[in-house]
Amino acid sequence: MELLTNQVLAGIATGAIYACMALAVVMIYEAIDHLNFAQGEMAMFSTFIAWQLLEWGVPYWGAFFGSVAISFCGGVAIERTLFRPLATASILVQIAGFIALFSIINSSAGLIWDFSIKSFPSPFGSAPFLGSQLISDHQAGMFFITLILLGLLYFFFRFTRIGLAMRAAATLPDSARLVGINVGWMIALGWGLAAAIGAVAGILIAPVVFLEPNMMAGVLLYGFVGAVLGGLSSPAGAVAGGFMVGILENLAGTYIPVVGNELKLPIALAMIVTVLVFRPTGLFGRPQVQRV
Amino acid sequence: MTDYLTLKDLRSYYGQIQALHGITFELSEGSVTTLLGANGAGKTTTLRAICGMVRSTGTIQFDGRPLIGLSTESIVKLGIAHVPQGRGTFTRMNVEENLQLGAITRSDRAAIADDIERMFTLFPVLKERRVQQAGLLSGGEQQMLAVARALMLRPRLLLLDEPSFGLAPLVVRELFKTLTQINREEKTTILVVEQNAQLALELADTAYVIETGQIVQSGPAAEIANNEDIRKSYLGY
Repeated sequence: MELLTNQVLAGIATGAIYACMALAVVMIYEAIDHLNFAQGEMAMFSTFIAWQLLEWGVPYWGAFFGSVAISFCGGVAIERTLFRPLATASILVQIAGFIALFSIINSSAGLIWDFSIKSFPSPFGSAPFLGSQLISDHQAGMFFITLILLGLLYFFFRFTRIGLAMRAAATLPDSARLVGINVGWMIALGWGLAAAIGAVAGILIAPVVFLEPNMMAGVLLYGFVGAVLGGLSSPAGAVAGGFMVGILENLAGTYIPVVGNELKLPIALAMIVTVLVFRPTGLFGRPQVQRV
Repeated sequence: MTDYLTLKDLRSYYGQIQALHGITFELSEGSVTTLLGANGAGKTTTLRAICGMVRSTGTIQFDGRPLIGLSTESIVKLGIAHVPQGRGTFTRMNVEENLQLGAITRSDRAAIADDIERMFTLFPVLKERRVQQAGLLSGGEQQMLAVARALMLRPRLLLLDEPSFGLAPLVVRELFKTLTQINREEKTTILVVEQNAQLALELADTAYVIETGQIVQSGPAAEIANNEDIRKSYLGY
């Protein structure tokens, strides 16, 4: 029993990383109706910006919010310059665009900050959380920040007029234009928000996986799994999905002898396939109901 | 009577295909005008052209301002509300959010809240469904929601594309009664496109008949309704 509790706790700790990333994935999906394959790299770049600010002597929270603000502007700029011209292009062209963005960001980070592995500080420290060996203060902090972020997003989309306009622009652009919404700017704003959330995720993940240009490769994959599992249309579902992936991965690694540490990744991929076969909208995603 | 909305030699294109071949007409402030014609005659395209949703040449002037070249959202901000074919309901949002979206370009929050209540008086069924997902409303309810959403803009010009489409006759009567009331009480200028000519002619002061992208007949609604030749050749009743 103690082993089980411990493994669940450890699962929540890694799950917090996936949940953060899944949230960023869902945000961009809501804004542009596609997955952004460069999402992880954007988060990595934001983390490097925070690291650079810290190197220049900016205090931790200054660097944190500085990087989030810069990432927001960067996200808007990427949409305006790179993806605006591709808005009406076919999906394959857009995917090519995402992959190009992926390599550009990855290589520029390597060029500017080189590929050596850097450590990144945590504002919460790494002492055991409430005496538990499996979950540290930092991981508990991540857990709470993810929940706060989710709460803020929920409030933004449910109760503010700009959140309402963004949702309208994402779901039915033509109707949105007819009520006077500038759909182009709403999409740019969605990119900005997704980049800002990615920055938060990257900065929180960096103390665990260390900072280097390829830090997000594995994390983004798990983030996708979490988002698909929870439902791409549901931010809360994505966060829950992220935690579930973390927990299931740990339990499978412990209790199923053949899995062990090496086969954890196939478990995650098997989860995607299972969800897509039996419940394509994800566990919490809303199926689109419509009367005709 | 001033010329409120003027269309001169309007030609519109879907890609290479020309849909309107020089439409010219005007309507005055506070009037109700109807565009009649068969399927594919260009009625919907005319409305879409006014809102900047199709590529067009020629002149469209609204209250002295040229509209061609403006984006759809800027045209809406001038006070032109468009109830599109298919209603354009935000199906995943609830009824109240749909109404809020209609007023998204306004910033007078208190007045918006008042207007939502006014819509609930005008269309009581929407009040019962306030927090229901709009995609689950019946066709008639969605049509009322679409009209209510357009009115939330406090429009100076209301464009309606086939408001009677798919509705039961009783619901249509109710809706047209409300439209008449809105025109009388709020002095909202209305341009309505209809296949149900008989109904539209009862509502309108002036009527234009479109065929293959051109105006072929025009006149006071009562005159058109009483002209048997026009009725038989173009309106099919």
